[in-house]
Amino acid sequence: MSNAATFDTRTDTAIPVESPLAYSYRRSGAPQAGGPSRLQLRERAMLGHLILRGGAIVLDEAVRDVLGISLPGQPQALVQDASGERSIQWLSPDEWLVIVPGGEEFPLETKLREHLGSAHFAISDVSGGQTLVEISGEAARELLMKTVIYDVHPSHFPVGKGVTTVFGKATTIIRRPSEDRWELVIRRSFADYCYRWLLDAAAEYGVNVQQ
Amino acid sequence: MFYIYCPYCGEHREEEEFHPKGQAHIERPKEPEACSDEEWGNYLFFRDNPRGVHHEMWVHAVGCRKFFNVTRHTVSYEILETYKMGEQPSITADSQSQAREGAAVSQQEGVRA
Repeated sequence: MSNAATFDTRTDTAIPVESPLAYSYRRSGAPQAGGPSRLQLRERAMLGHLILRGGAIVLDEAVRDVLGISLPGQPQALVQDASGERSIQWLSPDEWLVIVPGGEEFPLETKLREHLGSAHFAISDVSGGQTLVEISGEAARELLMKTVIYDVHPSHFPVGKGVTTVFGKATTIIRRPSEDRWELVIRRSFADYCYRWLLDAAAEYGVNVQQ
Repeated sequence: MFYIYCPYCGEHREEEEFHPKGQAHIERPKEPEACSDEEWGNYLFFRDNPRGVHHEMWVHAVGCRKFFNVTRHTVSYEILETYKMGEQPSITADSQSQAREGAAVSQQEGVRA
C-alpha cells in the first residue's frame, strides 16, 4: 500500500450536491418534444470517474483482479463489463478513464491502491470535474456530424471506440458504447456551454431531455 | 488545414487538436555551469530556420496530450513524417537532397539513352 493520502469525496453528512448541469436545467430548462422525437438527451450524473496512469502491464493486472475488466491496450479503445455499468477507456499510452456507478469509485481506488502496492502509478478521482451525457435516437450521429471535427461515420467510429476531441469549442470525450447510443464526457466548467450547444443543435430534430 | 498522423493515437487527426512547439531535437547541455555564454545563448535562444525540411515538435493537445516530432517541408508545408519522442527521423534534409540528386542523375542517363 502506498502512503498516498486518500479520502472519500462522498460523505455521510447531508451536504446538498448538484450535478454539473443543475444550473443549466434551471436556466435553459429541459425541452420535451411535443410530437415525435428523433433525439434523446440524458445526463448520467454523479458517476464515479477515475483516471489511472502508469504502465499498461501493471495496471492491467490490477484492474482485471479488482474490476474483472481487462485494460484496453489499443488506442481509442473502450471496454465495458457485462452490465455496461463499468467501463475503461484508453486516453493516452499511459492513461485510462474508468467510469463506475456513483459511490463505487472510492472503494475501487482503495482496492487498486492495495493491489498495486509500491508500483509506479497514479490514480485521481475526477468525478467532481466532469459529467457524462448520453445521446441516443436516430439523429444522434447527425448532431455529432455538425458539432465535432472527428469523423463519426460507423466505418470510422465503430462501437467500442472513444476519442478525445473538440466538441463545439470544448475538449470532450466522445464514446460509442453501443450501436444506437453515444456518450459525451464533458468538463464541469464547460457543461453549460455544451448543454446549450446540444439543445440548439438538436432543436431541429425534436429533442427530448430526460432528467 | 493539416491532417496530422499522431504516432501515439495511431490515426490522422485534425490540425485543431494539435499545437506546434518549435524545433525538435534540442538537447539541454549536460553541464550548464560549464557552458560558455555563447553556447548557453545558442541553446536557449537560437533556432534553425531552414528553407526545406525541418524537424519540429508538436503536441496532441486535445487528444492523447503527448509530444511527438514532425518532419515538415517549410516551403510546401508538406508533412513528410511523424515519429515518437526519442526516435530519429528517417527523412532529413540530407536524405532528401541525395534523393533529388539521384533522380537528376537518372534523368540525365535517360536523356543520353
